[in-house]
Amino acid sequence: MGVSIEVSGLNAWYGSNHTLRDIQLHIPANHATALIGPSGCGKSTFVRCLNRMHETNPVGRVTGTVKIGQVDIYRDISPVEIRRRVGMVFQRPNPFPTMSIYDNVASGLRLNGYRNRKVLDEVVARSLHQAALWDEVKDELKKKSGASLSGGQQQRLCIARALAVDPEVMLMDEPASALDPVSTSKIEDLIFQLKSQYTIVIVTHNMQQAARVAENTGFFLNGRLVEFDSTHKIFTNPRDKRTEDYITGRFG
Amino acid sequence: MAIASQPGHLPARARTSTGARRILVNHLATAAAVGSTIIVVAPLVAIFAYLVYKGASSLNLAFFTQIPKPVGEAGGGMANSIIGSGVLLAIASAIGVPMGIASGIYVAEFGRGTRLSNMVRFTADVLNGVPSIVMGIAIYSLIVLPQKHFSALAGGVALGIMMIPTITRTTEEMLLMVPRSVREAALGLGVPNWRSVLSITLRTASPGVITGCMLAFARVAGETAPLLFTALGNQYWSTSINEPIAALPLQIFVYAISPYEEWHRLAWGAALVLIALIVLSVGLVRYVAGRGVLKGAS
Amino acid sequence: MEAPAPTDDPDLPPAAGTLTPELPPPHSAVRSFLLSRGNSAAADRVFSATMLVCALSIFAIVALILFELISRSRLTINRFGIGFFFGSSWNPVTGQFGALPFIYGTLVSSLVGLVIAVPLAVGVAIFLTEMCPKLLRGPLAFLTELLAAIPSVVYGLWAIFVLVPLLRQYVNPALMKWLGWTGLFAGPNYGIGMLAAGVILSIMILPIISSLSREVMSSVPQSQREAVLALGATRWEMIRMGVLRNARIGIVGSIILGLGRALGETMAVTMVIGNRPEIAHSLLAPAYSMASVIANEFTEASDPLYLSALVEIGLALFVITIVVNALARVLVWAVTKGAPLRGT
Repeated sequence: MGVSIEVSGLNAWYGSNHTLRDIQLHIPANHATALIGPSGCGKSTFVRCLNRMHETNPVGRVTGTVKIGQVDIYRDISPVEIRRRVGMVFQRPNPFPTMSIYDNVASGLRLNGYRNRKVLDEVVARSLHQAALWDEVKDELKKKSGASLSGGQQQRLCIARALAVDPEVMLMDEPASALDPVSTSKIEDLIFQLKSQYTIVIVTHNMQQAARVAENTGFFLNGRLVEFDSTHKIFTNPRDKRTEDYITGRFG
Repeated sequence: MAIASQPGHLPARARTSTGARRILVNHLATAAAVGSTIIVVAPLVAIFAYLVYKGASSLNLAFFTQIPKPVGEAGGGMANSIIGSGVLLAIASAIGVPMGIASGIYVAEFGRGTRLSNMVRFTADVLNGVPSIVMGIAIYSLIVLPQKHFSALAGGVALGIMMIPTITRTTEEMLLMVPRSVREAALGLGVPNWRSVLSITLRTASPGVITGCMLAFARVAGETAPLLFTALGNQYWSTSINEPIAALPLQIFVYAISPYEEWHRLAWGAALVLIALIVLSVGLVRYVAGRGVLKGAS
Repeated sequence: MEAPAPTDDPDLPPAAGTLTPELPPPHSAVRSFLLSRGNSAAADRVFSATMLVCALSIFAIVALILFELISRSRLTINRFGIGFFFGSSWNPVTGQFGALPFIYGTLVSSLVGLVIAVPLAVGVAIFLTEMCPKLLRGPLAFLTELLAAIPSVVYGLWAIFVLVPLLRQYVNPALMKWLGWTGLFAGPNYGIGMLAAGVILSIMILPIISSLSREVMSSVPQSQREAVLALGATRWEMIRMGVLRNARIGIVGSIILGLGRALGETMAVTMVIGNRPEIAHSLLAPAYSMASVIANEFTEASDPLYLSALVEIGLALFVITIVVNALARVLVWAVTKGAPLRGT
């Protein structure tokens, strides 16, 4: 089951560029939370702070506190360990090009030393079912390479791969922005199914998408969290004028 | 990239006398460039053809199965040189390939952008240009003198050290071509860095890395100078790596400068075998590169 | 308010909490296994340290070579000092060790090689980059790559049996007849000698200079060419002003790299240079290069002073080629911005 995320006093930098300023946020468990905002507002940087991927950039720096479950991820635990508990799906699908579909999904476990073939088979099957990809690939799991699938299928493969390690949180950075409308709606359905088991944070450019899948939405602007509330409230009666301007398309 | 090659393309000012001169100069330059290409390509093709012709007539079964006969007798082969080269190259690869790949991994994955890795890269390039005979002297001093005998081991070490800078550079180049997205996918799964580098990044780049090793291998296979006073050469079979050993390029040298016809014949045959090996490697490298080294990577 | 409830569309996956019976619930064994794996910090440290050590080996190799060369040439360094490089008589039997003939041989043979190779190489590079039809470019480039890969000893073999007779029978008499007044083509016509060495060197360094110049010229942006053409230039003028001017530094760098290769070339030169340690005016006279004397006499060097002299020549060769190559790399680097160089 998913856990909640507690963020306080989060600041992030890219070199001397102060990308995130004093973010304070509570993301509830087993819900989908959408993050919206114009390009460059820091929402992608924010999610990358939730699994400590921001610091993989040589000039990336973070201060503040992020608690996932009861764990302070910057003080109580190492980056490698937190990333096994917080899964990530990236903007462009990135399956491992030299691996088959089966190997891709199993990679999170195998590369961490898991060997039990029977359990791996079950996990791969379960993950592909959860990602709604099973029916399309079940006959070619080991023969087809991950990179030979279509864009939408690749992204669902990446979702299956992330789910296979049984994380507690799933981060999705504009997962459907590189995909066609049919694939996009498949992925949105997926998020809908998954959110009762995991805590999902989804960054999106698409406000209708946020409205469709997320219970809560946060609006980022210039590195600050301007407003965070239930999706319905944000889109019908936002408190902040800047939010309203963005929703109604006056900028961004 | 020949943009202005249409005959009709003449600048308006060409109708003047200075314009006519410019056109003449243009034609002369074209002729000079084409001429140099012909002067260069034709003889080089001729060299190749001559080598193949002379070498082919020397190759027979005996060439690959027998050792040289005593001076004055006809026949014999270079089996000991072929095996000897094989032994030397095996020792060289055992040293050069792991060290080279590891250095390449460091420069690409850990030291990227740092002064240290820039210096490593620069030094590797410069080392590639050092005459191989100097390497031979160094290894003679390091291994042969203390051991008081020439050996295949010394020769193999000399060749192996020569492989390191080449393989370092090609490995780095190939690793840098692996897209960032692939590495991020591995990190995002909570895979430790060392596992990610080896099982994901290196594996994705492996076709290119392997061809880089093949290039270094082919280059070192033809080296003679470092073997002159390390492996020394041998007219007979060698039985241990602590003995002098024959090698194809070494024996080509010895036979070529000798006054014996029979040995000249063997030299041509050996030259052809070497050329064949190198053409194969270069061709293979081009084939793999042409197919797309990172086929399937986004 | 909640988002709309899922419909009963059969194409959608089953609603949450109603997973099909044959699939087990999320495997807690997986999660607990992963939680137990730890942070691998130690393994990561060992790994990066090992890679670092291997990278440092590059420097260790240079240090090793320097150390061995210097320590084994101590004897002659102390005995002769800097005069070693200015003495012109080399007689191991009487203990005279002057390295000037070899320095002369190396420099002059490399110079001859450059004089022949550079115009041809740059011409080929211009042809391939700017004038060649696309279809020919691939095969020609492949051919040059192949020729750069032929071992020195094979070139030497060909030189002994084909080039030298050719020079002796046709080229040298003509040179002596038409250019003998320069004093460069006089004396007995053996075939082997400085000229033969220079010619084989030119053949060997040509592919390097050519392919590097090509790379440098290709990296000149198309906009440069178009700008010159737009001013009404002929193709040659476009090449001269739009390409060569920008690629100048890199081409000079490739020439210097070719020089570096020529200076250190051992086997082919040894086989045709004549092996006579004397300085002569004529290019037809036998000569001796630094690399050649080491190759020929190293295993014959019976006493420590002899060996030390040869090692000192090797040390000089090492230093010279490092300096020349470093200079060349810096120049080529400046133009191609540090991209790795193929085939060198």
